[in-house]
Formats: sequence, C-alpha cells, structure tokens
Amino acid sequence: MEPFITVTAPTCALDMANIDTDQLIPARFMKEPRSVGYGQFLLYDLRFDDQGQPKTNYALNDPKAQNVQIVLARRNFGAGSSREAAVYALVDYGIRCVIAPSFGDIFSSNAINNGLLPAIVEEADCDRLFDQLNGSFQEASVDLTAQTISVDALRVSFDIRAVWKKKLLNGWDDIDLTMQEKTEINRFQNAYFSRFNWLNR
Amino acid sequence: MSSPQTLFDKVWQAHEIKQDDAGQSLLWVDRHFVHEGSFHGFAKLAERNLPLARPEQTLAIADHYVPTRARTLDGMNEKVAAVIRTLQDNAQKHDVELIGLESYDQGIVHVVGPELGLTQPGLLMVCGDSHTATHGAFGAIAFGIGASEVAHVLATQTIWQTKPKQLRISFNGKLPYGVTAKDMALHWIAKFGADFARGYAIEYAGNVIEDLSLEARLTLCNLSIEGGGRMGLIAPDEKLIEFLAGCARTPKGDQLETAKEYWRHLKSDEGATFDQEVEIDVSQIAPTITWGVSPEEALGVDACTPDPAKEKDSAKARQIADSLAYMGLSAGQPLQEIAIDRIFIGSCTNARIDDLRAAAEVFKQGPSKVPGIVSPGSNAVKRQAEAEGLDKIFKSAGLDWVESGCSMCVGMNGDIVAPGERCASTSNRNFKGRQGPGSRTHLMSPAMVSWAAIHGHIADIRHLTNTGSH
Repeated sequence: MEPFITVTAPTCALDMANIDTDQLIPARFMKEPRSVGYGQFLLYDLRFDDQGQPKTNYALNDPKAQNVQIVLARRNFGAGSSREAAVYALVDYGIRCVIAPSFGDIFSSNAINNGLLPAIVEEADCDRLFDQLNGSFQEASVDLTAQTISVDALRVSFDIRAVWKKKLLNGWDDIDLTMQEKTEINRFQNAYFSRFNWLNR
Repeated sequence: MSSPQTLFDKVWQAHEIKQDDAGQSLLWVDRHFVHEGSFHGFAKLAERNLPLARPEQTLAIADHYVPTRARTLDGMNEKVAAVIRTLQDNAQKHDVELIGLESYDQGIVHVVGPELGLTQPGLLMVCGDSHTATHGAFGAIAFGIGASEVAHVLATQTIWQTKPKQLRISFNGKLPYGVTAKDMALHWIAKFGADFARGYAIEYAGNVIEDLSLEARLTLCNLSIEGGGRMGLIAPDEKLIEFLAGCARTPKGDQLETAKEYWRHLKSDEGATFDQEVEIDVSQIAPTITWGVSPEEALGVDACTPDPAKEKDSAKARQIADSLAYMGLSAGQPLQEIAIDRIFIGSCTNARIDDLRAAAEVFKQGPSKVPGIVSPGSNAVKRQAEAEGLDKIFKSAGLDWVESGCSMCVGMNGDIVAPGERCASTSNRNFKGRQGPGSRTHLMSPAMVSWAAIHGHIADIRHLTNTGSH
C-alpha cells in the first residue's frame, strides 16, 4: 500500500452531513469486479441525472474539480453499510484524504486499510475550512506527521488514532503483520479450545 | 478481588490474544459469516494465494443478491447470478459450509444465525455487513467489517481492533401499546443522533429489555449501527438459554451444561462502569417513523415534519431543507397525511416470525390500498408463517408473499422501489436511493407498515384499539 505522508492537492467541499455509504456508491454497482475501476461510481446518483448525464450544479462535476484529491464534508461521513466499495470509489477516483468532523466507524477502518486518510477536525475548524474554500477548489496541504491541514494562511489540526497514523505513514498491511504472530495465535487457540470445549469443531 | 466488569469487558477479554504497543488488540474470531458481497474479500485472498486459517469457523450464506420470486438463478440478471455463483465456488474451493440459494436453512444471515443457535452468548462474531450487531442480542460481541478485514479474518481467524468505549442505554418504564423495539431504536437515534454511539460498544439494559421477546431484542441490536454503534449487546437470560438449548447448532449434553454455566456469568457486574450512560423512559415513546434520509430524522407519528426556517443552526436548516426536498415533503406537514405508494415487510431488522404475526394481525382490519411484498427473514420463518396461515392473510390483503432474502431493503437483487415512489418499510435505512435510485423510504414497525397500507397513507397504529375494532 502506498504510504501517506503529505498530500497537496485541489480540494472539493461537499457541504452535506451524513454522506452515507449508499450515496458514496449505490448498491447496484457493487457486483462489478474492482478491476473495472470504482471511481466512475463515486456519488453516482448525486453526480448524474436519471439519463446518466452529469449534473452541472454538482461540485465534483465542476471542470475545476478535475484533479481533486481531498474532500471536505460535514459530520458523520461514511455512515451506514460496511461496504468497502465506498472507499474503493473514493480511492479509484483519486481521493487520498477526506476531512470531516466525524466518520462512520466501519468506514474509517476500511479507509485505513486502503491508504485513505479520514481526518477528523473540530466543527469550528470545519466551518473555517468551508469558508476558506468558499466553492473554489483551492489546494489544501495535508501533513499526516504534523496532523495539520493548510489552505493559504488558514491552518487547522486534525485528529487520527495513533495506530492508524502509523499504519498510513508506513503503508502497512495487516495480514503480513498478523502472520508474524502465528505462534502466539496457535498458543491462544489451544488454550481457548480447552476452556471452551463446546466450540471446538 | 477483581474489579467489576461489563458484559462487553468479559467477552472482549476472553478473545484477546495480545495487545500491541499502540493499544490495538488482536482478537480471536469464533464465527465468520460471509455472503455474496464478500467476493471482494475472497479476491484479496486469491491475490496473495492464501488459504483459510479455519474454514470450519466460517459459514457462507446467500442472502444479499438472492432472487425472491423463485429459488433459481434462471432468468436472473447475469451479473447478479454471477456473484451468487462466486459465493458457491468460493465456499467449495475453501471447504466452507454453504447455506445457499436452494438450502433448507437459507435466509438472511442475521436471521439464520440466531435461529440455528450459531449465535451464542460470549462469542465474537464478524460479517461483512454492518447489521452484524444483531447477534449481540444473544450476548455476543458481533460487528460488521469491510472487505480487507474479511480477507484478514479468512487468512488468520483473528482481527485487530481498538477497544471501543462503552455506552449503556437503559430502557425503563412500561412500553405503551403500539410501541415496539423498532420504535425504541428510532427514538433513541432521533434523540441523540445517528453518530451518537460512534466509537462505542452499546449495552442495552433496563426492565423493558428483560420483557422483550428474543426477536424484539434482535431488532433493537440490529439498529445499533444506525445510531453509529458498531456493536450492541444484551446480557443473556433464562429466556435465551432455554431457547438455545433447543437449537440445532448449540452444544448438547454435558457440553451444554458447561456452556450454560458460562453463559449465566455473562452480564455486567454490579458497579461496573460505562464511559457513558443514558436512560430512556419508554412511556414517552410514540410509534416512530422516519421522515427524512437518515435514521436520525425520525419523529413520533403524531408529529409534523420540521421547518428549516425555525432552525437556528444554518447547516442543520440546510440539511432539513435538503431532506424534505428529496422526500418530496413540505415543512410542517403532518406525518399522517403522507400518502404511500408501496410497502415492504422484510429485512434483517423486522422479518422474524413475531414481526410477521404483528403485520398480519393488522391486515385483519382490511386489505392494502397499495402494492407491496412480504419477504420472510428465512425459510424457517416462511415455513412457520405458512403453518400459521399468515401467508394467506398477506395474499388476501393484496400483497406478494415471496421468498427470503435482503430483497427490497437494499435492492441488490432487483427488488426496488421506483424513482420518486414512497415506500413504508420495516427495513433499517432510509438513505437516499437505498431502495433504488430516487426511492423514498419511511422506516417504521411492521404493524405501522400494515396500518399505513390499509389507509394508503401513514397512520397511527394506536387508533386501532381506540376505534374498538381490535
């Protein structure tokens, strides 16, 4: 996985709370293999009308939004289903970081496992960032080590669980890490099954 | 003497293999349910050519994409059929037990697990589905995981988690007529917010919980994630233990007795502390429905839609206006005036036998004015309902009695609500487009859905007794 250290890129402000996983990727697209590229499905029903034409008034369809890699949103981003496809849609679209006052718990774990940074900011700082961007697609700089977001002169800090920060900075993969614990897992398993013998199948 | 522990602490501790320097715990997973959508997880495993660590602790169930009009893939959309076949193939390849489309025990994973007794107190269970918290109603730590975590569990039978904070929601008082576990859930989520329990494991407690049927407890825990909580638990009691003793997949004989002894100790000790506690007086809860596009946008059925002009917080006002616009509603509109186009009775939230009985009972008052489908939560529920003649009640009310699956809750199999249509639904999410592009969903209890169907608009189930027609 590509490590996340700093990203400086155009930022798209989506001024909505509760952008849930069903909006991030409608369920009907999830039967496709990942290899088709999930970026095309991102926020599909918000970006496109029922004829499949881009809605001109939607921020992500603005010509200036082309190289967006950072998304700013309101509280409870990624609430809802466990579908990792919601993260695939963002990542395949080119998004590296989402900034919001809060995230769905499962969405956050999924994001970390795909190198996407869920940056938690205070509500007041979120307001400041919205005011600063004010519909433009200005560049923001996200520095994971310092845990800061800068847009022009505005600088705010963000929160991230320490263990997730470490994983993102290093681009670590959980399976590789856990495989190193094999002996310990086996020891646990034996003790566990002798204690809970009815679970041993 | 050891300090008092919560139910959650006890189950967590029993599964903790180790803790890393960052405070994350590596946890043992007792049961892992996979479904058709888990193909992303299997694909990750295949990329690395890894075998399953413990196939005997994995169970594959076809539910998300299965057809509800027939038990065959013939005539299904080819891509839908393909994901169902992929589950079959993966189960076979990895030697995993499959409860497939044609199986006797087929049903929605969160209905089948408890029904067969695969769900037991003290277990740690995961599934690539956010409604996995359902199983917590039987005293298990159960939570939804993403595809990367699915792959991790398949490969290692473990999962890394940071221990969540703990929240106890106590429901006390006397549950009023017409108010169900669904209403209790929508009520607390509306009161505290759809992200209130984010970062918390919930324990539901209080005298009301003790009196709830096992089905109702499953409904309450099922909706934990709609309030932000990845897991929601209820301590096992004798009602549950008696039920489990008769289940197909629970231990038998001496092992059952040992298990029972362990299960009885799984409750929060006197004096155990929670990071947050809230108490709800259920006598204040009305039958509750959602009017907007998040489960927190819910109100008592006798209320009116909110008015963004009266909201001081501008972001909130914009949110209300946006939700009303999507739902095709105006500010200050009485909820009971809202006409519906269709109903859905089904899903892992409200498609157990109790739910179907409650919904069918109401249709004794008259037929449905709108079309709709009733999809039982499992084959077992379907068989039981048919033995009781509930299918005939639904059919004579003008509804379609179909097979079991996730169906119109998520629309993956093609059971969808048409754009702009308004659906009274027993399911769990009223998100934009959840039941199909442009669909408008109002969540409510099974009896409230039936009552709305009879009227052709949202109506207050409490009037059913007041008219004396009950």
